[in-house]
Amino acid sequence: MADKAQLQEAIKTQGEVVRKLKSEKASKEQIDEEVAKLLQLKAQLGGDEGKHVFVLKTAKGTRDYNPKQMAIREKVFSIIISCFKRHGAETIDTPVFELKETLTGKYGEDSKLIYDLKDQGGELLSLRYDLTVPFARYLALNKITNIKRYHIAKVYRRDNPAMTRGRYREFYQCDFDIAGQYDAMIPDAECLKIVYEILNELDLGDFRIKVNDRRILDGMFAVCGVPDEKFRTICSTVDKLDKMAWEDVKKEMVNEKGLSEDVADRIGEYVSMQGGQDLAERLLQDPKLSQNKQAFAGLTDMKLLFSYLELFQVTDKVVFDLSLARGLDYYTGVIYEAILSQTIPASVSTPAEQNGADEAGVSVGSVAGGGRYDGLVGMFDPKGRKVPCVGVSIGIERIFSIMEQKAETSSEKVRTTETQVLVASAQKNLLEERLKLTSELWNAGIKAEVLYKKNPKLLSQLQHCEETGIPLVAILGEQELKDGVVKLRNVASREEVDVPRADLVDEIKKRTL
Amino acid sequence: MADKAQLQEAIKTQGEVVRKLKSEKASKEQIDEEVAKLLQLKAQLGGDEGKHVFVLKTAKGTRDYNPKQMAIREKVFSIIISCFKRHGAETIDTPVFELKETLTGKYGEDSKLIYDLKDQGGELLSLRYDLTVPFARYLALNKITNIKRYHIAKVYRRDNPAMTRGRYREFYQCDFDIAGQYDAMIPDAECLKIVYEILNELDLGDFRIKVNDRRILDGMFAVCGVPDEKFRTICSTVDKLDKMAWEDVKKEMVNEKGLSEDVADRIGEYVSMQGGQDLAERLLQDPKLSQNKQAFAGLTDMKLLFSYLELFQVTDKVVFDLSLARGLDYYTGVIYEAILSQTIPASVSTPAEQNGADEAGVSVGSVAGGGRYDGLVGMFDPKGRKVPCVGVSIGIERIFSIMEQKAEAEVLYKKNPKLLSQLQHCEETGIPLVAILGEQELKDGVVKLRNVASREEVDVPRADLVDEIKKRTL
Repeated sequence: MADKAQLQEAIKTQGEVVRKLKSEKASKEQIDEEVAKLLQLKAQLGGDEGKHVFVLKTAKGTRDYNPKQMAIREKVFSIIISCFKRHGAETIDTPVFELKETLTGKYGEDSKLIYDLKDQGGELLSLRYDLTVPFARYLALNKITNIKRYHIAKVYRRDNPAMTRGRYREFYQCDFDIAGQYDAMIPDAECLKIVYEILNELDLGDFRIKVNDRRILDGMFAVCGVPDEKFRTICSTVDKLDKMAWEDVKKEMVNEKGLSEDVADRIGEYVSMQGGQDLAERLLQDPKLSQNKQAFAGLTDMKLLFSYLELFQVTDKVVFDLSLARGLDYYTGVIYEAILSQTIPASVSTPAEQNGADEAGVSVGSVAGGGRYDGLVGMFDPKGRKVPCVGVSIGIERIFSIMEQKAETSSEKVRTTETQVLVASAQKNLLEERLKLTSELWNAGIKAEVLYKKNPKLLSQLQHCEETGIPLVAILGEQELKDGVVKLRNVASREEVDVPRADLVDEIKKRTL
Repeated sequence: MADKAQLQEAIKTQGEVVRKLKSEKASKEQIDEEVAKLLQLKAQLGGDEGKHVFVLKTAKGTRDYNPKQMAIREKVFSIIISCFKRHGAETIDTPVFELKETLTGKYGEDSKLIYDLKDQGGELLSLRYDLTVPFARYLALNKITNIKRYHIAKVYRRDNPAMTRGRYREFYQCDFDIAGQYDAMIPDAECLKIVYEILNELDLGDFRIKVNDRRILDGMFAVCGVPDEKFRTICSTVDKLDKMAWEDVKKEMVNEKGLSEDVADRIGEYVSMQGGQDLAERLLQDPKLSQNKQAFAGLTDMKLLFSYLELFQVTDKVVFDLSLARGLDYYTGVIYEAILSQTIPASVSTPAEQNGADEAGVSVGSVAGGGRYDGLVGMFDPKGRKVPCVGVSIGIERIFSIMEQKAEAEVLYKKNPKLLSQLQHCEETGIPLVAILGEQELKDGVVKLRNVASREEVDVPRADLVDEIKKRTL
């Protein structure tokens, strides 16, 4: 607890800092940051009594979703979930925090990015880092051997240093996984079919899905002469090929990771290869690769996978790409990544982003990624029972920002409510009649609003409709009440018609299909 | 970090404890708890390499939702959200944690139940305790003066001691609030209309919504002779009337809170009153109460509220009840609570639950609660600008468990061995229809007519049963 006098001294100094920045006309961001520090110091001084001085902000790396963003979010989820359901998936939910030990040892270097909860005398807890480890824990805990499930929820990563543009510490993940022992490659193919369907329905433009296999990669490294213990680290370097040119990747392999130029060149030959089923067949003829057990298994399965993808009619956008090497350690078989073909707008990407995976664990430009991970659940099961899994994670935050940008540039307004009609009056003293009619409409299932004013002006009632996109207004007046009718007006066209009260519900339904 | 040898010693001792319990055939819960401790010790020993020994469980007070539970949850949310949308509400979402200082000083005694995040060198953070404070922060931050919003999300409370049955540490709240300066009582009435619609559509049986007003309560305490500084504490005591008899509540007022018997008796006369608009009118005639400014304002608004509730056609289930006194400090006007009329099944309630608010901040038996809170947003605004708010929180966990019980009962019914053998008999002998009688059906005057082959069932009014059977077995 800082000494009160020290605190006041610190407040004085910080106040000078703020004043200086303001007179120097520093950036708003800088000023806001220093003001925030000043208010925080003042708050410590103030304690709980008297004036409540707050640093009015959300936690670093987190954000609120306003109604427009929620409307977009709802639309995106609805498309994705309907695709999952079409494929027979169920859904589960897990707690936002797990026992710390459940998450320990699963994320390698990234473990330092886990949010821990304070030790308050009970169990040690951490906020979930992804949805895959909780899924494996759920399967082991409930002794489930077969399930096809989707899970959409927020996860938490303490990204350091300061948040690069667009990278949040709290963000949505949207996972689909098939767990269970099945005949080879059929569930793997279904995962790819699902990604294909979702990206089509979201209307994000052209895309490609790159596929590869951890066994093919490892086999390839072996035949090129990479020492076993360097497989994972060379894998991370190869992973950078989607952002760096081969020359730079080769440099890293040779200078930083200690490979000989020969070995690097041999890798270079393979990783430049892309194709379809034909490439798998060609590589199965490669004398070195086909002799490697791992590579042989991977290539055989890749051939099988493509035959299923052909039947699923998705091969037009799937590419077998030997340079694909996804980051996570727990993949054991097929791996894939979906990338939008549109150029990343300059406003969205920054140099910092180019060098690392974004929040969905996929590199910038990617909108989905996944693969097969047969060993994870066994790590949780007390008897080590294996449950093979294959799945995909949709990069939903990226999709949100694309949709948000589209909405901003589009002339069509995003509505945040679904109200069909506003009940209004142009004359005074008709509040009771308005409330009565609104209640009737609600009782009939009509989405209706009424202004909370005894005597609102017609203009402000119409303005409310225009601002929020309400298409109809039902206007009451003394004469109309006597005649048993309601004036139903189309807000956009201003066309009006007198509707008998008894027919009002039907008329509204007809006009707002 | 415990010394490795010490750890191994502790593991040995704990192993003995487990073995002893098992040989004594102790309860499964006890054994599981000691096994969990043993595994945790072993895990510390194991570190990251080799065999991963895990305590395979969710954190205390939290649970997974399996697909069946998710299906129920989706159905409930869908009904509730469609009602909110029918009333023109938008939705927002806020982060799961806030700056610690945002939550500080808002929850009174309950502040000790807040989950803090570890200080990892950055801002001090805490998990949100409800959705109301984040809402007020959101309004102030974005300088919003008018909004009608709903927000469905999980909140976090470190309930101590060990979780009483059904009380979770992570649970859903479902809030609806109208913020803004409007003509009196109209938004307040719409909130009540929404609660009414939701409870009807969820088909939870009969219910009542009690309403009262913080100003009427305070005015009542004043005219009864309660000293100002005891208002809040006497309010908490009155709040216990939904679980305790008046005699015990009076005892607490006199013995624990230091009121004289006279004062307590006077309170007793008022809090036994219930009614509708008529009660508000009658109390406006009460010479003492009508002279009290607060009470007068509250009663006038109560009268107005009921006139709107009449237009909204919900007065059949709304009761002006002077004994309603909701816990939260920040209410400034109307307060209300919705209670299901069905008796709480014995399997669901425990003595511990009876004495405290459940996870939705409403007492057991309640499924919704709320009120007007005009001062909260001003606490967040740097200039202290007030944004009046009124809202309601639906006790969605309680609704989940009622729906889960209903679903379970249905499954049990279908799997009933006696029914099964009756159906088997039909199949073996080729009987095409079976007319099933049950308690509920008898009450409703219907018979379940089931097609044995297709398993399709339809409820047939008893009077039509003969015709229906004839039709189907031509």
